[in-house]
Parts: sequence; C-alpha cells; structure tokens
Amino acid sequence: MLDKTIPHAPDHVLPSADPNATAGSTVVPDTVEEIGPAPRSNATRWIRLASIFIVLIGWELAGRQVNPLFMSYPSAIATSAMRLIASGELGAALLESLKTLLVGFVVSSAFGICVGLAIGRYRTVEAATDWVINALYATPLVAIVPLVTLWFGLGFQAKLFIVFIMTLFPVLINTSAGVRNVPAQLIELGNAFAANEWQIFTKIILPSALPYMMTGLRLGIGRAIIGMVVAEFFTAITGLGALIIKYGNQYDTASMFVPIFVLMLLGIALSVTVKRMEDWIAPWKARQGD
Amino acid sequence: MAEDRKVKLAVQNVSKTFRVRGTMGESDSLLPVLRNLSFDVYENEIVSLIGESGCGKTTLLRIVQGLIRLDAGTIRVDGNAVGVPGRDRGFVFQQSSLLPWRTARQNVEFGLELSGVPKRERGEKSRELLKLVGLAHATEQYPHELSGGMQQRVNLARAMAIDPAILLMDEPFSALDAQTREVLQRELLRIQAEANKTILFVTHDLDEAIYLSNRVIVLGAKPGRIKKIIEIPFGRNRPELPQMRGEPEFQRIRAEMWDLIRNTPASAAVAA
Repeated sequence: MLDKTIPHAPDHVLPSADPNATAGSTVVPDTVEEIGPAPRSNATRWIRLASIFIVLIGWELAGRQVNPLFMSYPSAIATSAMRLIASGELGAALLESLKTLLVGFVVSSAFGICVGLAIGRYRTVEAATDWVINALYATPLVAIVPLVTLWFGLGFQAKLFIVFIMTLFPVLINTSAGVRNVPAQLIELGNAFAANEWQIFTKIILPSALPYMMTGLRLGIGRAIIGMVVAEFFTAITGLGALIIKYGNQYDTASMFVPIFVLMLLGIALSVTVKRMEDWIAPWKARQGD
Repeated sequence: MAEDRKVKLAVQNVSKTFRVRGTMGESDSLLPVLRNLSFDVYENEIVSLIGESGCGKTTLLRIVQGLIRLDAGTIRVDGNAVGVPGRDRGFVFQQSSLLPWRTARQNVEFGLELSGVPKRERGEKSRELLKLVGLAHATEQYPHELSGGMQQRVNLARAMAIDPAILLMDEPFSALDAQTREVLQRELLRIQAEANKTILFVTHDLDEAIYLSNRVIVLGAKPGRIKKIIEIPFGRNRPELPQMRGEPEFQRIRAEMWDLIRNTPASAAVAA
C-alpha cells in the first residue's frame, strides 16, 4: 500500500544506536546541518538569569539612593512581605480578592459562552445584539464604575458585577468567532449524515469552537484581574486592591509593592493555567500548529 | 441488463435550476443545471457519473443525498421517495471532512453515534470497517497523523458504518497523487466485492470511471442531461488499471466517452 506512512520510522538515528559512532570516533562531516526544532539552549537560560540578577541588584542599589516615599527596593519589599504574610493580612486580602475573581470569572464565562454560541450560530441573534456588544466592548468599562456603585452599592455585588462585565466580552466575542469559523464542510458532514441541530451543536460546533473559547477565557482572565483591582479601589475597599490603597495612604511604599507583586504572580499563574487547559482540551490544535 | 435485479436507487425525471443573483443592478438569471434525468442503480452495482465540469454531476449527487432540493422529479432509495438527508445513503466527500478532534475510529463511529448505537457495538463495527479498508493499525490515530489516502479510507469507512442502501462518492480520489489513487481504486473494487455495496460514483477521470464501473452515465452540460449510458463489458475480477488500459475494448470505450463529452451541442457550434 503506497499511501501508508511507515509506522515508527525513526526521523533521526541516535548516536548511541550506531556502533561506529562511539565517542571520539565520530565520522559525521562538518557539513551535516541540523534540522528539526532547535533545542532550548542553556545559553538562553543563563542570559535570562543574569538579566534578572542584574536588574534586581541595580534596583537595590538605585532604590537605596531614592527617598523611600517614592521608591522602594527589593530587600525592603521582601521584609514587608514577610511581615504581611506573618500577620495574616496578605493571606486574608488574597482570599478576599480570589473569591470575587473566581466567582465573577466563572459566572461570566459560562454566560459569555452561551450567548456567544447563540450569536455565532443564528444570524437573527447576531443582528439583534451585535451593535450593543460592539458598543460596550469599545467603552472603557472603568467609566461605568460610578454607575455600578449606584446600582449595587459598595459591597461584594458591585465587585462581582465589575469582574463579570470585564470578563464577558472577550469570552463572548471569541466564542461567536469560533462558531462562525467552523469549517463549512464539517457542518455539511453533519447535514449529510442527517444530524439534528442539537447533534450538530454538540458534536461539531462545540468541539470545533473550543480553541477559540479557550483563547477568550485566557484574555478574559487578564481583564477579570483588572476589573477586580479597579473594583477594590473604588467600591468595596477590600482585598489586594485595598492593601495597595492602605499602604499608599500610609506612605509605606515597600508594603504597597507586596500586593502589586502578588497580582503579577496571580496574573501569570492564571494565564498559564488556562494555556495548559487549552493544550489539554484541544491537543489537535496545538499539534497542527507545529 | 436483467430486469429482475433489485433497484437500489431510482432517479426519476429530476430537474434542477439555480437562480443566479444579478450583480450591479442586473436582474437575476436562471441557470438550468439538470434537465429531466432518469436512471436506476441496481444492487451491488457501481455506476459512475461522468461529464465535463458544469454538467451538474456533483449537483446530482448532492440532490440524491438530500443536501440540495430538487425542483421536479423523484429520488427513490429502496423504493421509498426521499427529499432530505438520511442515513439510508452514505456520502463520501471529496475532501475527507474528518473531525480533527476525533481518532480514525471515532470518526467512523460518527454516524452510529447519531443513531444512538451503543458504545460497545459502535466499537466493534468501526474496528471491523477500519480493518476492511486496511487501517486496522491506525484506529487510534488522529486525522492530521494520517496521509491523504488514509484519510479517504476513513471517509469511506465512515459512510459504510451506517450500513446505507447506497454509497454516494463525490470524486473521492481526485485530490490524491496518481499512485495513491490507483491503490485506492483497486481497494474500492476489493471492498465493494467483499461488502456487496451499491455505489454511485462521481468522477471526471475517464479511466477511473471505466475501471470501477459496471455502467458509466455520460452527462452533457448546460443543462445537464444524460447523453448515453455505457455498459462496461469487463467482469468483476479486473486486472490492474495500467494493464486494463492496454485492452482494445478499454480504448474503444474510452474513445467513445471522450467523443461524447467533447461533442458539443448545436448551440455551442453556432457560437463558434
């Protein structure tokens, strides 16, 4: 059978598999060029580590010269961090923030995916809603915070709403784009095999749009964190946002940097998590990209 | 041909016209694609539709599947009139149209899932069919891990899995390289003999049509209509295509088809 690729054909032969290629007696000519993905070189890693080290040292030295009111430096921030962790203040604030973030993000994502699916699949729904979605997506949502305060007061609900509205649009817009980009021939496959609308949705549209939805979630989580901090600044003064405000007001700049770093780490951790989920849920997409 | 053979597919007086939307203020125009086509396909037969591009052969196949509605006429599968897609017909697509998130086995099981066949039964059926199409070793591979020829084998197995009364194949080998195409043509004959399938096959490749078919329907274009139905006199056990090409009878039929297809109608002769 001519069309079959040979299974398990080795792409390359390991040097150890070749009895002649023992150390010192390699006969590979210099002109042999490497193909395939370049291995991550050690040099890159060392350069990166050195860069981090130099920046931290530089910051430490420069920071000590500046009035601590305006700028802090790594060792002072570390000391403050130890104090905030020991007193439990940081843990409590982080927990408070995470609660809002996760509840708001999950509810918003679920809602955004459902609406996005309907918009992507049905022209009427799209025509009825696309203007309002485009308008709201273009509006800097921070502008509606005072309005949210009017509606929901200063409590947990207001925070939740802001996180919700910030997450919603990237999730919704990416989901509907995913549905619109389902290859026509796959929809036709469903039609030819007499699949009903529900089967077309669950067996073709949903899995096909999944990678887009995951991209929406990745963008959404970043915006959810922004929404959370904004809410904690202007509405319920709780959580990590409140810590920043508090130490800002106390002119304790070193302590103010601690929640900022936590937010940074939180953003990285959540994005990486969603990215991992993306590769796990839609592995055919990642492999196709290679 | 013996009249007592069972008719699996009856195409009766089928016509189809498309409305072409006018651009830039022009009014819509009507494009007749098929005019009054009638033919039968008997059990265990392979019938090919052939004709120049624009003769409506793919349109006809899609009408039979129910993907396009017909304007006039009747399509009968096993004696029942059909108008919408159904799993009594199995469609093999030109592009394999495999679901990329499913393994070969899961793709073959697609139609069975739609019918609510239990998982265990699906697994048995799909493995059996993948073995039949020569992919027993690749059941758990994803489409992007398969070559074009292997993808078309899965495409065929998927259509066969629902046990349709007739298989409709839309130029399934046209996108493959020449060697792979010949291998798959040979494989199709083997599979058809083993599984006793009735096949309506659309192609633009004259050799392919002769090699695979019991009968070849030559269509004329604008609008599509039957020019001639040619009986292929070779038995079921055919030598390989390169060998067949040397036979005088093969060359005679090929020349006849070529003439039928090239022989343009009076309207075009006036234009020239």
